[in-house]
Amino acid sequence: MLALWIVLGIVVILILFIIGAYNGLVGFRNQVKNAWAQIDVQLKRRYDLIPNLVETVKGYVKHERETLEAVTNARNLAQKASSAGAAERGKLEGALGAALGRLLAVAEAYPDLKANQNFLALQEELTSTENKISFSRQYYNDSVLKFNNKIQMFPSNVIAGMFSFKIGEFFEVTVAAEKEPPKVSFT
Amino acid sequence: MWEQIRSNQVRSVILIALIAGLLLAVGYFLGLYFFDSAVGGLVIALVVWAIMSLIAFYQGDSILLGMAKARKIKSDDAPRLYNVVEEMKIASGLEKMPDIYIIDDPALNAFATGRDPSRASVAITTGLLQKLSRDELQGVIGHEIAHIKNRDVLLMAITSVMLGTIVILSWYASRFLLFGAMTGSGRRTSSRGGGGGAQAIILIVGLVLMILAPILAQLIYYAISRKREYLADASSALYTRYPEGLASALEKIGGSTRQLKSANQATAPMYTVNPFRKEGMKAADLTSTHPPISERVRILRSMAGGASLADYNDAYRKVRSGKQGIISKNAAAAVGAVGIRQASLSVPGELGLAPGKAAGKAAPGTHDASDIMLRLDKWRTVDCECGARWKIPPGFRDNNILCTRCGRRIRL
Repeated sequence: MLALWIVLGIVVILILFIIGAYNGLVGFRNQVKNAWAQIDVQLKRRYDLIPNLVETVKGYVKHERETLEAVTNARNLAQKASSAGAAERGKLEGALGAALGRLLAVAEAYPDLKANQNFLALQEELTSTENKISFSRQYYNDSVLKFNNKIQMFPSNVIAGMFSFKIGEFFEVTVAAEKEPPKVSFT
Repeated sequence: MWEQIRSNQVRSVILIALIAGLLLAVGYFLGLYFFDSAVGGLVIALVVWAIMSLIAFYQGDSILLGMAKARKIKSDDAPRLYNVVEEMKIASGLEKMPDIYIIDDPALNAFATGRDPSRASVAITTGLLQKLSRDELQGVIGHEIAHIKNRDVLLMAITSVMLGTIVILSWYASRFLLFGAMTGSGRRTSSRGGGGGAQAIILIVGLVLMILAPILAQLIYYAISRKREYLADASSALYTRYPEGLASALEKIGGSTRQLKSANQATAPMYTVNPFRKEGMKAADLTSTHPPISERVRILRSMAGGASLADYNDAYRKVRSGKQGIISKNAAAAVGAVGIRQASLSVPGELGLAPGKAAGKAAPGTHDASDIMLRLDKWRTVDCECGARWKIPPGFRDNNILCTRCGRRIRL
C-alpha cells in the first residue's frame, strides 16, 4: 500500500514538473516571437523613412546620385526579403545600414542641407530608429539566448526534445564595411 | 535579469517583513494601552494601513505627478525625449509604452511612477531635458525604466505606506501617553491599580518602541531605497550598453545644487538623485534615500570590461572595496558577456549609421526643449528672414513685431 502511494507521489511530481517545464518553454518561445515582432516594426519604420530622406536630400546633393541610388536599392532589397530568416535579413539590413551611414556622412558636407528643418527632423527619426533596431535586436538576442539555454540544459532539454522545440536563430547584422579598414589614397 | 529581480525580491521581502513587524508591534502596544486588548490595536493599525495602501495603489501615481506639477506630453511635443523613452522601453522589453511627463522646473531630476509595468509614467524636469545630450538622456531614462521594470515603484510605495502608518500611529500614541502620564488620568493607571513591576516594564518597553519605531522604519526604508538605486544604475548600463552616458548625466546633475521645488521627503526615493542632497554626503550615510552621486559615477566609470550586470557587480565591489556585490552571483552570470557600445555621436553605430557631431546636436536640443515648454503654454513662434526666431506670448495683441536683430517688421 505504502509503495503504491510513493509511486503515485512520484508520478504526480513528474507530471507537475513536465507541465511547469513545458509552460516555461512556451513562455520563452513567445518572448522570442514577440521580440522578433519588435525588430520587424522598427525595420518597417526604416523602410518608410528612407524615401522621405532621399526626397529631402536629393535637392541638395546634386553630385551624389550613386550614394542615393545605393540607399534606395539596399532598401528595396531588404524590404523584399522581409519574410526571410534572421541570418538572411541580417545581411541585407546590414548593407542598408551601411548605405544609409554613407549618405548621412555625405550630408555632413552640405551646410544648407544640415540647416533644413525637415532634414533635421528626419535625422532624429532615423537615429532613433537605428537605436530602436539595435535595442530590439539586443533584447531579441538575449531572449533567444535564454530560450536556447532552456532547450539545451538539463532537465528542461528532455521536455524540449519530447515536444520538439527548436532553438532560436540569433539576429546578427553583418556590416561588410566595418570589417575592412577604410581605404585612404593620397593622389 | 529575471533571476536578479527574484533574488533581490527575497532581500526586499525580508526588509519589508521587518517594517511590517514594527507596524504590528506598534499596533500591539497601542491596543494594550488604550483598549486593554492587543487585538484592538492590531485592528486599528491594519485598518489605517489598508486605507492608506488603497489610496496609494489607485491614486498614488496621479497624486505624485500632481504634487510635482507634471504635464503629460505627446510624441510631437518632444520628439527626442519620446524617442529615447521608446528606445529604452524596447531595450528593457517593457510591454507598454510609459506615459511621459514634463516638470517645469530648472532643477535637474527625473522620476518614474506607476503601480505596475503596464501603467507606468516617467517624468523629467525641463532643466534636465535642456542640459543632457542624447546619450546622457538615454542613461537617465534607462535608470527610470529600470525602476519600473524591477518593480521598485510598487515596492517603495508599499514600504512608504507602512512607514507612514507607523509614523502616524506612534506619533498619536506617544502624545496621548505623555499627556495621560502628565495629567495622571491615563486608563492604564486607573483601571488596574496593582499591576506590579511586569506591567511597568511593558509600559516602558512600549513607550521606547513608540519612539524608536518611526526611526527604525525610516532607516530600513532608506536601506531598501539605496539598494534599488544601484540596481537601477546597473540595469540602465545594461539597457544602453553605455555606462558613460548615465555617469556623465549624473555628474551634470551632481554639479547643480538647485533643489526641486515640488519634492518632499516622501517622494524623494522616486527621483534619479536625491532632491535634498547636500555637499559631501558620505557613503555610510544611513539617512539618505540615494547613494552618493560621486560613488555611483565611479562605479559606472569602473565598468571597463562590459555593460552586463556582472560587470557592474565587479565595479561595485572594486569601488566599495567590499566582498559583497549588489547583485547575486547567479543573477549576474545569467546573461552572458555584454560589450559596451561606442558613444553614439562620434563613431558610426552598430548598423554603420553616423549621426551628426556632438556639438551640432546638443545646441538645437536645448532650444527645442524650451520651445516645447513655451508651445505647451500657447506661445507662438515666428521666424524672421534674418534667421532669428521670435517667441510670442499668448496675450500679445499687435499684428506685427519688430525684429531687433535686423530691424525688419514681421507680420504675424
